[in-house]
Amino acid sequence: MSGYIPIFFMISAAAGLGLILYGLFKVLGPYRPNTEKQSTYESGMTPVRSARERFSVKYYMVAVLFILFDIEIVFLYPWAVNFHALGLFGYVEMVVFILILLAGYFYILKKGALQWD
Amino acid sequence: MSVEFIVEALVKIGLVLVINLTTVAYLVLAERKISAFIQNRLGPNRVGPWGLFQSFADIGKLFFKEDIVPSAANKFVHTLAPLISITVAMSTFAVVPFGNTFAFNGHDYKLMIGDVNIGILFILAMTSLGVYGITLSGWASNNKYSLLGGLRASAQMISYELSMGLSVIGVVMIAGSLQLDKIVIKQGEYLWGVIPAWNIVLQPIGFITFLIASFAETNRLPFDLPEAEPELVGGYHTEYSGMKFGLFFLAEYANMITASAVIVTLYLGGWQFPFVERFALPALAVTLLQMGAFAVKVALLLFFFMVVRWTIPRFRYDQLMSLGWKVMIPLALGNIIVTGFFLLFH
Repeated sequence: MSGYIPIFFMISAAAGLGLILYGLFKVLGPYRPNTEKQSTYESGMTPVRSARERFSVKYYMVAVLFILFDIEIVFLYPWAVNFHALGLFGYVEMVVFILILLAGYFYILKKGALQWD
Repeated sequence: MSVEFIVEALVKIGLVLVINLTTVAYLVLAERKISAFIQNRLGPNRVGPWGLFQSFADIGKLFFKEDIVPSAANKFVHTLAPLISITVAMSTFAVVPFGNTFAFNGHDYKLMIGDVNIGILFILAMTSLGVYGITLSGWASNNKYSLLGGLRASAQMISYELSMGLSVIGVVMIAGSLQLDKIVIKQGEYLWGVIPAWNIVLQPIGFITFLIASFAETNRLPFDLPEAEPELVGGYHTEYSGMKFGLFFLAEYANMITASAVIVTLYLGGWQFPFVERFALPALAVTLLQMGAFAVKVALLLFFFMVVRWTIPRFRYDQLMSLGWKVMIPLALGNIIVTGFFLLFH
């Protein structure tokens, strides 16, 4: 487990680096706000409504499909590490698993979940 | 946990951070010089000889700019997002081995910061965390361009993360381990005694899909849709100024270095210097040669990243998504099946 302690140090150091750079920037930079400067940028036009409105459902579809496939990948990793120990049986099992995965993949393709036009 | 252990870790972290930051500074200059060369211009040449101090002048300038936060933005998240980006980008390097273990004064020094047995999983986890910085900055700015950039970034990065994760599985199957130094040591073997058994030779398809996925994960052209200038102004960092923008910039280049280092480790033999063990060299010379080999390989890949950026046009968004879902994932899955077949029956 001792390998994780340096990683924790590294993450802290990286976060510290970001905080130092940001802190220096806050101290050194000027601060002269006005309403024009702080308005939302929209190519020089007065902003029309808020940005936080509905957006395309396709992004949700991608997120859902990502979760499904990512879980499949999580199953593949332990199998790949133990590939030599599992031998032919493990290989056939995994081919069957990937074929089931591909059946679902072709289903979503036919459903048009990945059509972006 | 002894004092020596902590000191060793801190020294390595300090070295890696300093080298990474210096490389980022010169990488920006190199990118500007290479793009200038490709576009028949001169590039920066006023600050110092050949413009060598240009990046440092730019960093200095960024400190003295005003921090403009739009009044409609969520101020806390607006500040948090670049900090997440830089933290993730800088700390992914922690598990990458940059040299072989070498014995000195009766103590074995591992030339990597965190020697964990889940190296690859750590890298994948950190690259997924990188999405947060970009998506949160897009949402917090409350700007339409930023929001679109953030949405695109999240959809693109999670799509390509799948093919990235699938391509690595071939490497894991060959090495039988998730530990990066074991993967590198495995690549020190030779095929028929002459060809180094680097994974680029054993896994050509996996290498190509991983390389493409790395371009998409680092948001580099031809996959830089999240910040496509002609349509989205600056994309997710439209509303950022001064060093907060600089942090995103730093993170992008640091990600490039990490991505190159990971590709070198997984597919190009890591710190392996082919045939070096066949000559009777002192241990220190071998270690230095291997670290040099690692640095040269990373530098060549970084050069490749830049040449691609300045020669290939940007994808359209639907092309990008269909490439990720309809080409990369089936290819990577097929690669797993073929690799398994060869490993069992060769």
